[in-house]
Amino acid sequence: MNHAIRIEGLSKKYGTQQVLDGINLAVEEGKIYGFIGPSGSGKTTLVKMIVGIDSPDSGTVTVMGEQVPNLKLLQDIGYMAQSDALYPELTGRENLMFFASLFGLKKAALKERIDYTADLVQLQDALSKKVSAYSGGMKRRLSLAIALVHDPKLLILDEPTVGIDPELRQSVWHELLDLMAQGKTIVLTTHVMDEAAKCEVIALVRDGGILATGSPDELKMKFGASDLEGVFLAAGREAE
Amino acid sequence: MRISALVKRIMLQMFRDKRTLALLFLAPLLVLTLMYLIFDGNDSDLRLGLVDGSEGLADVLESRGIEVVPLETAGDETIAANKLDGLLEVTGEGAELTLENSDPTQARGLLAQTAQALSQSDGTSSSNTDGIVLETNYLYGNEETELFDVIGPILVGFFVFFFVFLISGIGLLKERVSGTLERVLATPVKRWEIVAAYLTGFGIFAVIQTTIVVFFSIYVLDMVMEGSIWHVIVINLLLALVALSLGILLSTFAGSEFQMVQFIPLVIVPQIFFSGIFPIEGMAAWLQNIGRIMPLYYGADALKSVMYRGEGLGDVWADLLVLAGFALLFIALNIVALKRYRKL
Repeated sequence: MNHAIRIEGLSKKYGTQQVLDGINLAVEEGKIYGFIGPSGSGKTTLVKMIVGIDSPDSGTVTVMGEQVPNLKLLQDIGYMAQSDALYPELTGRENLMFFASLFGLKKAALKERIDYTADLVQLQDALSKKVSAYSGGMKRRLSLAIALVHDPKLLILDEPTVGIDPELRQSVWHELLDLMAQGKTIVLTTHVMDEAAKCEVIALVRDGGILATGSPDELKMKFGASDLEGVFLAAGREAE
Repeated sequence: MRISALVKRIMLQMFRDKRTLALLFLAPLLVLTLMYLIFDGNDSDLRLGLVDGSEGLADVLESRGIEVVPLETAGDETIAANKLDGLLEVTGEGAELTLENSDPTQARGLLAQTAQALSQSDGTSSSNTDGIVLETNYLYGNEETELFDVIGPILVGFFVFFFVFLISGIGLLKERVSGTLERVLATPVKRWEIVAAYLTGFGIFAVIQTTIVVFFSIYVLDMVMEGSIWHVIVINLLLALVALSLGILLSTFAGSEFQMVQFIPLVIVPQIFFSGIFPIEGMAAWLQNIGRIMPLYYGADALKSVMYRGEGLGDVWADLLVLAGFALLFIALNIVALKRYRKL
């Protein structure tokens, strides 16, 4: 099995706060990986370093055999940040077009990808509206569409389903599983346990370190818990 | 209850923002200090060239605090060559005073002093009470020259600089704050491409703004315009480019729009003081040299030369070169500053 992402000894300090503390992790190709942990545990810093928009103090990140940061690699990564990071003065379509153009998509492919991703997140009817008029859920969906617009091999999604209603959340998950079936690797962060249960592999992140990794069932067995919440609490106690 | 909760929250926010606090308390001190240095400076010595004057006249002039430079003859270049504020040529029945007039207030002072000195020395040397006829000429402008004519060109440059600085700085800042800059950097775009795009995008607005400001000053405000309007636009565009790159650069160090505005008293206001709007000849030489690190100093000098003295771009090439240097420096620093987000 090839590794889509390989992280070795990754550490980062902001001032005196140790945000990441010697993280080692390998993410296999074609799987959905979930980083779960409370806010402030270092999840966002970790995914930013995988994308290459934050630099570690020490340690390396290798994505698809290339060391990060790498401009060419960014062409194959779809990144959705925790904040929506949209231009409120522009319409949904203009936002999509802007980012698609940064990825070098040309006319026909650009139009096709925009239609496809907008359809995927059910925003077709709202594409000509200004983003400032969007609801929180709509912004989140547009943000996800932008991450998908250039058909990346690796998807990095920071809290992708926050503020999305349950029905749409289900359709997003359906789509993520579909993308995985196409051979794409997906890394997402979440603090919702039932969502983490849908991932094939989860990594428990706390205080800048990874407490445990494994499939949801493996972890439940290991910590003798009936659900992931129990796993998380047990792993936390063990760490202390 | 709600009000006190709001007040408490606002005060707490303020205490958390150390920079805003520092600005609130320290910036007024800085500005007051600068103003003190400028207005408290000693009046600079007036230099007057004297042709064919008697010993007595020279003494009277010197007793009035005027530095007298005795000259044999005088030509068109005499004032510039000897860095004089004025030139007094005494002839048989009268005297002819030519004023350099770069600073109308100073020129008027020199005129009054000279006229008084002439009647004084005249009164002591002979009994002739008719007085001497004093004819006055102006090297630049005329007796109608208002302070505005001289500082007008500087103000044009200043407003172009100020607004381009603020708008471009806040523009990039909004991208940083909203996270869109980070998202843009998660695409294969290169750092210099972002800087170039910003320079171009805001540059277009700067061109339009500059053109409007220049045409308005000359045709509506009837500002003195001795040189070519195209030369004025070229100088202002260069100044705008410096402001643009500086604005974007400083937005790196601001966390909010409000913090961007805080750069105004630190970066913009001192430039006004040293740009020539206020006379700084009386300041200590080392203080005067502070102006030389400020882009507006060079822009103002070039604009004054073209608009007021009617010189061309060839005469102000040194100013233009320094401005271009500032722009290149700021642009390079911008590309480096984006490394904070992405090393590549």
